[in-house]
Amino acid sequence: MDINILREYIPLYKDALFLTMKIGWQGILLSLILGLAGAAILHFRIPVLKAITGIYIEIFRNTPLLVQLFFIYFALPKVGIKITAETCGVLGLGLLGGAYMIETIRSGLESIPVIQTESALSLGMTKEQTFIHVILPQAISMSVPGLLANIIFLLKETSVFSTISLMDLMFTAKDLIGMYAKTIECLFLLVVFYLIMLLPVSILGSIVERRMRYGQFGD
Amino acid sequence: MANLGIDVLFKGTNFLRLLQGLWVSVEISLVSVAISILLGLVVGVLMTFNKLWLKAILKIYLEIVRIMPQMVLLFIVYFGTTRVFGWDITAEAAAIFVFSFWGVAEMGDLVRGSIKSIPKIQFESAYALGMDKKQTYFYIILPQTIRRLIPLSINLITRMIKTTSLVMMIGIVEVLKVAQQIIEANRKASPNAAFGVFAVVFLLYFIVCWPISRLAVYLEKRWA
Repeated sequence: MDINILREYIPLYKDALFLTMKIGWQGILLSLILGLAGAAILHFRIPVLKAITGIYIEIFRNTPLLVQLFFIYFALPKVGIKITAETCGVLGLGLLGGAYMIETIRSGLESIPVIQTESALSLGMTKEQTFIHVILPQAISMSVPGLLANIIFLLKETSVFSTISLMDLMFTAKDLIGMYAKTIECLFLLVVFYLIMLLPVSILGSIVERRMRYGQFGD
Repeated sequence: MANLGIDVLFKGTNFLRLLQGLWVSVEISLVSVAISILLGLVVGVLMTFNKLWLKAILKIYLEIVRIMPQMVLLFIVYFGTTRVFGWDITAEAAAIFVFSFWGVAEMGDLVRGSIKSIPKIQFESAYALGMDKKQTYFYIILPQTIRRLIPLSINLITRMIKTTSLVMMIGIVEVLKVAQQIIEANRKASPNAAFGVFAVVFLLYFIVCWPISRLAVYLEKRWA
């Protein structure tokens, strides 16, 4: 391994990391919003929207992100919907993640005992107040480990962005290998930069999980 | 708007080629799942043992698989190891190796979770009856574990099939690659082919994965 080559490549990887993180976190934000909205729809059993949410979850959980991205990026322009590669990445990741987040948040909502709702209602709170002030905060804290697992999964999935020609980490590595054939240096940096991106989230995840277990210990 | 390029699929053997491409992905995932389930059972049992060095090694293995995207692992095996060790492996072999490497860790963790969920009294009773460790695992623990495991491993199959779409990146001609070839070949005759063909690919993946994941949900509800 050649140190000089590493030094030369690091700035390129750094740019790629920023792009990957930018798209990744925007996509994750979108997926959290979709997840909350979808979970609320399923929780309140809103007639038509409930069916749509169900279909949405099944479609996006049962197809690969790569195929979803290809469809959004290459197929939709043919029917007049043109979007940039970056928006496509955010949209694809957000839609995929949303389907997973809904399930996670919903199982959090289901784990809250009915007595919580009943008590809140008998205290004179409205249905909306009960949901926002009593049920949701508990449900979110219950589903934090699951949400973090989803976030790690989504950050890993960003590696397919290179296929729609976004200059992410994977794209940079592939490009540099193709041009200069310094395979080992390129792959080494690729691993290092994915670690920089994912290790903190992973460590956070295991800390949170341990704390949650500690919290349940008294039960 | 009139021509969305679905007609391209009925030219020549195009649709058949797409299905063959899909089979390539499914085949790779089935082989990997088979390896993952077999080795995963062993690794999962090892994970429950109370040996510090064993625990440490397996923990590191699991974390590597958890953190590294499968695409990175594919690149390391297909481009990296061939370079370092100078051997020659086919893309299919690299793909099966990576997906098994990933699957064994995932499956191992599922097995570990299922074994942990079996009450301690089952172990104690078996020991009290004079069974040794091997017998306890073989006759008492594993049969109970497997029932809990089946829905989870079915889920792993769909995840595997979805992830195998990545093998296109190391040059395996699977369904997405075939789709691209068909679109390229018909660029002049049918400029909108991308819509029709990718929509069909989307649908094909859904048709393959949906029934499997429904089955997993059904079994999970029934056997839980």
